[in-house]
Amino acid sequence: MSYVVIGNSVASVGAIEAIRKVDKKTPIVVISDEPYSVYSRPLISEYLSGKVGEEMMNYRDSDFYERNRVTTKFNVKAVSINSRTKRVRLKNEEEIEYKKLLIATGGIPFVPPIEGRDKDGVFTFTKLDDAKRLKARVESFNHLVVIGAGLIGLKVTESLRQRGVPVTVVELSNRVMSTVLDEEAGRIIRSAIEREGVEVITGLTVEEITGKEKVTGVKLTNGNRIKCDAVVIAIGVIPNTSLAKDAGIRVNRGIITDSTMKTNIPHVYAAGDVTEGPDYLSKGNRVFPIWPNAYIQGKIAGYNMAGVKREFTGGIAMNSIELFGVPVLTAGLSNVEDENLEVLKKSEESTYKKNGYT
Amino acid sequence: MMKRVYAKEEVCIGCRLCEVYCAVEHSLSRDIIRAYKYEQPKPEPRVTVEEKEHISFALQCRHCDEPLCVEACITGAMMKDESGRVIHREEKCIGCWTCVLVCPYGAPRRDLSRGKVVKCDLCQSTGREIPACVEMCPNRALVFEER
Repeated sequence: MSYVVIGNSVASVGAIEAIRKVDKKTPIVVISDEPYSVYSRPLISEYLSGKVGEEMMNYRDSDFYERNRVTTKFNVKAVSINSRTKRVRLKNEEEIEYKKLLIATGGIPFVPPIEGRDKDGVFTFTKLDDAKRLKARVESFNHLVVIGAGLIGLKVTESLRQRGVPVTVVELSNRVMSTVLDEEAGRIIRSAIEREGVEVITGLTVEEITGKEKVTGVKLTNGNRIKCDAVVIAIGVIPNTSLAKDAGIRVNRGIITDSTMKTNIPHVYAAGDVTEGPDYLSKGNRVFPIWPNAYIQGKIAGYNMAGVKREFTGGIAMNSIELFGVPVLTAGLSNVEDENLEVLKKSEESTYKKNGYT
Repeated sequence: MMKRVYAKEEVCIGCRLCEVYCAVEHSLSRDIIRAYKYEQPKPEPRVTVEEKEHISFALQCRHCDEPLCVEACITGAMMKDESGRVIHREEKCIGCWTCVLVCPYGAPRRDLSRGKVVKCDLCQSTGREIPACVEMCPNRALVFEER
């Protein structure tokens, strides 16, 4: 019997590398509905801009699966898990029996029920194929609207600007990157974006995507209209939990795990963006859809699957990203107003630092 | 077990020659005058002398057993090789500075002229058996050993 991993991104790699540190023999099977060897999801914006080519997208060397003796089932979706018979069923009707199972199905873009969201010219931006679809048509866009000024929305905006596409960003909250940045930091980033000729509209969102079959514009919540031939919906990602839910695994926002990354079902683990794992600060559980967290959760899951007890000490939100030439590093609760916190701030010409202490 | 560089702060005089020799060792010319006066971009040291009042010591990558930089690197540029060294493959680095964020020692440095991180490779890339910082330290405040 094998270790079976559903999903082929960073959490999956973390698990494979951990399993192979302690168990060189037991077969590992990785199932992915994408056709690619593991690639760097955060790099898709650099791929769209042309800064990196497809060969640079590889997250591990080309002999990764062979060296770790991993059987890959790519381009095929896992459709169900039977935790009683310990089998995963694939779209092509194949069934794989598992010794231990890891669900690392990641996140899916959150697409709210905006009217017109099915039109030709509406994109999301989380996978390499999304970037390929956009890249194939990027020359033809006269104006593009990005919905959401979070990490994904701003990275795709930056790449599109580098490709020469005029972009308007529409964000419902009153500032950009409102989940991690405070007002002052948000202002710095906003002015860097606007300096590059990008229009940023905050406090509003898109109510309707207009056009017959193809996108011709958007209508905002204040009634204003913007002409455009494409829309990228980048409001956020949500855990891709449908497979787990159908199998009776306990799911809140994400799959609930304990500190060993085990779900409520025996022999079944979860890691990465699909997971609502332990939170270091609140001592409860929380979804942390960030890369380092996914690797570490995958690693902890892998060790435990292979019989070595390791505990996940809890996720901490953290991000490092360069936006329009401005490096932004955040960690922990980077955007809370709490009178019990002692806050130290320092603003100079081109830098802004803020530390909070309890 | 692998050899690592350890600092003896009681004999470090804070002269920063380790920084100079590290930068030269990783420069194109590997010549101190050419490296410092004429090379563009200017070579960056991969070691930093931490100094406060009378205490000083040289700090470089600790080549951790479970390196956070490797776990957090978004491109796969950071890797732990078979000998235990934490190796940074610059050709895969895009300068996102995630390793700078997560390293508990502050070891990865930003090379702003090239938009990439630089870090200690224990002089593996330059073919030395004993890292330059250790060999050139005038007061033997750095040692290269298994512990």
